[in-house]
Amino acid sequence: MSAVTDEHGHYFVPEPSPYPVLLAGALFLVGLGAALLVNSFALGWAPLAAGGGLTVYVLFGWFGRVVGETRAGVYGLKEDRAFRWGMMWFITSEVVFFASLFGVLFYERNIAIPWLASFSGPHSPLSAYAPWPAFHVAWPSSGPAGKPFGIVSPWGIPALNTLILLSSGATVTWAHAGLRAGNRTRLKLGLALTILLGVTFLAFQAREFAHAYDELGLTLHSGVYGATFFILTGFHGLHVTVGTIMLSAILVRAFKGDFTPQDHFGFEAVSWYWHFVDVVWLLLFVFVYWL
Amino acid sequence: MSAIEHPADAPPSGITRWLYATNHKDIGKMYLVFGIAMFLVGGLLAELIRAELLTPTMRVLSPEAYNQVITVHGLVMVFGALMPITAGLANYLIPMMIGAPDMALPRLNNWGFWLLPPAALLLVMPWGLKLIGIGNGTLDTGWTMYAPLSIQSGPGADFAFIAVLLLGLSSTMASINIIVTILNQRAPGMTMLKVPVFVWSWLITALLLVAVFPALMAGVIMLIGDRHFGTHFFSAAGGGDPVLWEHIFWFFGHPEVYVLLLPSAGILPHILATFARKPIYGYKAQVYSFCVIGVLSIVVWAHHMFTSGMPPAANIYFMLSTMAISVPVAVLFFCWFGTVWRGAMTFETPMLFALGYIVLFGIGGLTGLVLSDAAADQQYHNTYFLVAHFHYALFGGPVMGVIAGIYYYLPKVTGRMYSETLGRWHFWLTLIAFNVTFIPQFLAGIAGMPRRIPDYALQFWHFNLVSSVGAFVLGASQLLLVYNIVRAMRGDGEQASGRVWEGARGLEFTLPSPPPFHTFTTPPVIE
Repeated sequence: MSAVTDEHGHYFVPEPSPYPVLLAGALFLVGLGAALLVNSFALGWAPLAAGGGLTVYVLFGWFGRVVGETRAGVYGLKEDRAFRWGMMWFITSEVVFFASLFGVLFYERNIAIPWLASFSGPHSPLSAYAPWPAFHVAWPSSGPAGKPFGIVSPWGIPALNTLILLSSGATVTWAHAGLRAGNRTRLKLGLALTILLGVTFLAFQAREFAHAYDELGLTLHSGVYGATFFILTGFHGLHVTVGTIMLSAILVRAFKGDFTPQDHFGFEAVSWYWHFVDVVWLLLFVFVYWL
Repeated sequence: MSAIEHPADAPPSGITRWLYATNHKDIGKMYLVFGIAMFLVGGLLAELIRAELLTPTMRVLSPEAYNQVITVHGLVMVFGALMPITAGLANYLIPMMIGAPDMALPRLNNWGFWLLPPAALLLVMPWGLKLIGIGNGTLDTGWTMYAPLSIQSGPGADFAFIAVLLLGLSSTMASINIIVTILNQRAPGMTMLKVPVFVWSWLITALLLVAVFPALMAGVIMLIGDRHFGTHFFSAAGGGDPVLWEHIFWFFGHPEVYVLLLPSAGILPHILATFARKPIYGYKAQVYSFCVIGVLSIVVWAHHMFTSGMPPAANIYFMLSTMAISVPVAVLFFCWFGTVWRGAMTFETPMLFALGYIVLFGIGGLTGLVLSDAAADQQYHNTYFLVAHFHYALFGGPVMGVIAGIYYYLPKVTGRMYSETLGRWHFWLTLIAFNVTFIPQFLAGIAGMPRRIPDYALQFWHFNLVSSVGAFVLGASQLLLVYNIVRAMRGDGEQASGRVWEGARGLEFTLPSPPPFHTFTTPPVIE
């Protein structure tokens, strides 16, 4: 068959596929629903739900197709390299996304707050213009007009969560080593452990958010501290959720007999993603919770 | 197993050929058609702006509608017209230029394209919703979406922000695909320093997009947070800072200018060399210049913010680093001159547009040098001088460049020559009308006319009158381009040869015109 590839042969070009255009349509519905909902049109639930459902259908269909093609052996070395590069650059774009959020944190903390406070105080030549003369440099801060709040101690659940995520990085590597050695029990056990650790992390994180909202008064409304705290930890949590779902898909595939010791890009892509999420957490722990 | 057979050599029939496309030529064509359609929409909005500014009274648009029109004009031209047209050229040409059978990730490629129409729809949908009594129209902040204005703006802002998220997803995916294609799909023997200049320009462009678009996506998410979820990223009451939005926007926005510019600067040497019948002069110098421009463009963003109240040290850094960009850009100009120097030149339409590009973009670059001076910028910023500079840089550069590219490759894509007479009319009308439109704006700006207002003092009338007349001619003359494209697509006109142009080089010109549906399924041999 002409589709079978090698380094010097044909490159696999898939036949026309309905999934990309369906996914674009699904995201349009999701976006439309979200835009209506944030403006208090309850009607927005309909497109949001329809788009969400369609997205799930497309993801199953599209990835199912890719898995089918993998099993049929249409991918050669060159296709494999394209997938690797693709995943690498996707993670790079994710790095930029989180780097921007960290940049916002550093800017608010080290530039915006001192700048705003530089107008206040009896010694400031600008004090006559200060909108909030009593405001002083502080971090955490909810700003000159924000309500007081308590902060999450880094040495409780966040430290435990650090340990959990680091361990999950180790278990996924352990599973990888098992796969490479042909030990499929270790592969499945390692993956299951990693998923378990991911779910535990998420449960702790949910509990921590509830604690912050109900007892500490730390919410999205808590000025720049609350805003940066929740956008960083929230988007990280979202990525852990996605990573856990991807690991589960890989576990299901492992049970179905996919992956060989030499050829298992799907596993590797997810493990790269998981390590990336891991590193983001370490930075979060240091810069959001600790320092 | 039929599902995974190699695709047929003939294109599939019916609408699904386009909806389900995995072929880089089909996807490239869709990008080009979409981009040119959006170019006309954005142009129509520009004519509305100029109609309003024809005389110093309020005649055509309400101030609110005027703000929305300038905003959508900017967003449509940048994201709807120029980026898709350059992406279309990339999709169509890169695999053929590097001897690859297709893009590396064909289905992802199709997703990247099909995210664009939904984004465009979301952007303009609030105008439709206004008609049935919902909201007050679309985003009205200017394409820069500055906080706090964008936080107080009506529901149309949310539609625009979500459109930006879809556009970001589209650009990121398309860029990843282009990077992977260039790194992985080259024919054996085609080393990176044998890759055509256009391919190099797109490699840097795609790297820039991956490096900055996610930052804008993070930014608009924060804007939505400030609008609806009680966060204070950009509000001083909560310790935030509206200037932070400007930093985020321009961290994206300045490289974005180079995203628009580089592909056209990459296609230019091909055209100049063809019609001068000489090899490209200074290939390596141009490639290295692209790299330097790419790096510098990420670290100069705040020269858009000299009047935002940054500390002097920041102003000085951003002034000097900005001026440094003129060095690699001057290298490009030198190479362009070197390519045509003492060549056996002929002046077909693509060559005319390419030479017009050098002149107009040169003016755009030199006036940019004026604006990059932090002290002088206090005078020029927020005047029509800046508007004129911007349009010389982006119409004079990228738009002229992609029009040159479209005329250059139209016979290759359709197999039919365009009408040379109409092409030359198109060029001369464009060149003259463009200058008539924007030279008065320089003068109005120096005289002190502020930008982004629907009405102005009587003293600026004649500048605006001339500018508007120029804009009407400029807009109308673009219909010649549309006619030429439609004519070739319908199969009218002289049959083009495979090589098309006497002096053309490159793998794409070794193929027939139009090329078969699949090309280079077996890699070509590169000496």
